[in-house]
Amino acid sequence: MSEPSATGRFGEFGGRFVPETLVPACQELEQAFRDAWDDPIFRGDLAAILEEYAGRPSIITECHQLGARLGIRLVLKREDLNHTGSHKINNVLGQTLLAKRMGKKRIVAETGAGQHGVASATAAALMGLECKVYMGAVDVERQALNVFRMRLLGAEVEAVHSGSRTLKDAVNEAMRDWVASVESTHYCLGSVMGPHPYPWMVRQFHRVIGDEAREQCRERFDADPDVVVACVGGGSNAIGIFSGFVDTAARLIGVEPAGGAAVGRGVPGVVHGMRSFLMQDEYGQVQEAHSISAGLDYPGVGPEHSYLASIGRAEYPTVTDAEVVDAFQLMARTEGIIPALECAHALAWIVRESGSLQGQTVLMNLSGRGDKDVAQMMEILS
Amino acid sequence: MLRLESALRARREAGGKILIPYVTGGLAGWQDAVRAATAAGSDAIEIGIPFSDPVMDGPVIQEASQRALDAGATPVSILNDVRRLDVDVPLVVMCYYNTVHHAGHERFAAQLSQAGIAGAIVPDLPLEEAGPWCEAADAAQVATVMLAAPTAPDDRLPRICGRARGFVYSVGLLGVTGERATLAGTATALAGRLKPLTDVPVVVGVGVSNADQAVEASRVADGVIQGAAVVRRLLESGADAVGDYLSEVRGALERHWPTR
Ligand SMILES: Cc1ncc(COP(=O)(O)O)c(C=O)c1O
Repeated sequence: MSEPSATGRFGEFGGRFVPETLVPACQELEQAFRDAWDDPIFRGDLAAILEEYAGRPSIITECHQLGARLGIRLVLKREDLNHTGSHKINNVLGQTLLAKRMGKKRIVAETGAGQHGVASATAAALMGLECKVYMGAVDVERQALNVFRMRLLGAEVEAVHSGSRTLKDAVNEAMRDWVASVESTHYCLGSVMGPHPYPWMVRQFHRVIGDEAREQCRERFDADPDVVVACVGGGSNAIGIFSGFVDTAARLIGVEPAGGAAVGRGVPGVVHGMRSFLMQDEYGQVQEAHSISAGLDYPGVGPEHSYLASIGRAEYPTVTDAEVVDAFQLMARTEGIIPALECAHALAWIVRESGSLQGQTVLMNLSGRGDKDVAQMMEILS
Repeated sequence: MLRLESALRARREAGGKILIPYVTGGLAGWQDAVRAATAAGSDAIEIGIPFSDPVMDGPVIQEASQRALDAGATPVSILNDVRRLDVDVPLVVMCYYNTVHHAGHERFAAQLSQAGIAGAIVPDLPLEEAGPWCEAADAAQVATVMLAAPTAPDDRLPRICGRARGFVYSVGLLGVTGERATLAGTATALAGRLKPLTDVPVVVGVGVSNADQAVEASRVADGVIQGAAVVRRLLESGADAVGDYLSEVRGALERHWPTR
């Protein structure tokens, strides 16, 4: 995957649509990231911390029972086994290391399911940074365990009561904080979205997922997978695994929730600093997403996904909440792995499409573990 | 020179200071508030087009936007109402970029000009992204006001001033709209950096919260914008309170800098 253009564009998507106050900060961040990414010392520090703290490389696991049942070879990339239980830690360790290098004392973050918030709180504790996490009031309710976890880690969590009271509003509030605190604070954005350089920078921090998986698949199966599947909220775990396979023949599938289908139902729009597919009404008001999974409850999508969709390189189908609930239980019972509700979306698509995938090798990004979703599932299934 | 800028320059040339209130379009009583603001001696009036995700706004204007949206306000309904307003000061819309983008640059510029709107402020459209909209607005005789922020390095400000039409919006503080107990030091510092760079009027907005602060900012700037202080009064007490408040601000400015 290539760098975006000088204006932060992937094709016609991306850009830097932020209040004037934040323009110098985005420029400074872009420069700092370029310098750091080219600096072997920074890269070495990051690699060491990913290995010794986060537990990388994450393994791949072949699902023999489930694969046999579906008539495919199903392989999981186990981001659920990272420290803090999801892929989010890759990006957060990169950004906090960069924030330290830039001399920032504080980070702010938004969170949906709480996984990015937990990862941010964790990294802040590790690196001695102050941390504030904004979370929609609806998500504070349905992810109470993660809220407590963040507080245990020393972060301040603020419930956001504006708008739809979910992820999109948490992003708004984090940006408002950043507008006021930009001199001392780094905004640790949790997905491949936002103004340039975030979509590119966050992708670079997650491409380790795809780079590892490609090597692991070649070593284990002596071949690239036929299909690579990941769930898409903002799109960070998906872009991370896609990065390793864009230049192979593999089909790339990003699965969106039916109630938050930015690529499927959206038209190009501008919010949160970027031009991308966006669910909006006839006047350009951003619509509320509705998904069983807090981490995918987002009406937009990262600009590089819009680009990959527009050139036909990746596909973005949707699955329903009901299909997700079934897939969640299926994986638990057949493989002894409780997936996060987010990545149960990827599995739901694989199950539905398995008829057309017979005999193929399907690599799925298991972006997180499902412990955080157990209480919610208990209610749904009772 | 476009109508907005000539109106503001006229005030400055007559020795007075510029007063521009902000009113959220579609909020109950907003048209009366615009009329009251005109009667109170405003030089131009900003009309906010409510947006679902107003990242530059604090709680008061967020609340006003949400209420307006809940009441069914749309960009089209607000512009239709503007046509019937019949006030004699220039009107400027304040809207987030997706409203412009969704309508299309040329179409939105045409809609503004047909509604008699003199200018536009788009707070999430910085210099680097503003080109295509500015061209469409220029062609439709709509003045695009540019914002300058306290974080801007010195080499950025002349480019902002060069692209500004109508006035330069000098952002008073690091933060979102809302009232503050004191005027931030950044308000006069930034206006002081801008004034030597441009002959276009420099107006301080965001965080100018009462008549005293308006006077303090105007010691350096050509005038002030009154946002949350106006909208809070409209939310709490209605259009008359807006008129009373703006008369008080105008009175304070006139005592220091009487308009000839
Ligand atoms: C486990 C997991 N997967 C996926 C996501 C969605 O984010 P993204 O689309 O950026 O990977 C989240 C977000 O909270 C998550 O917790």
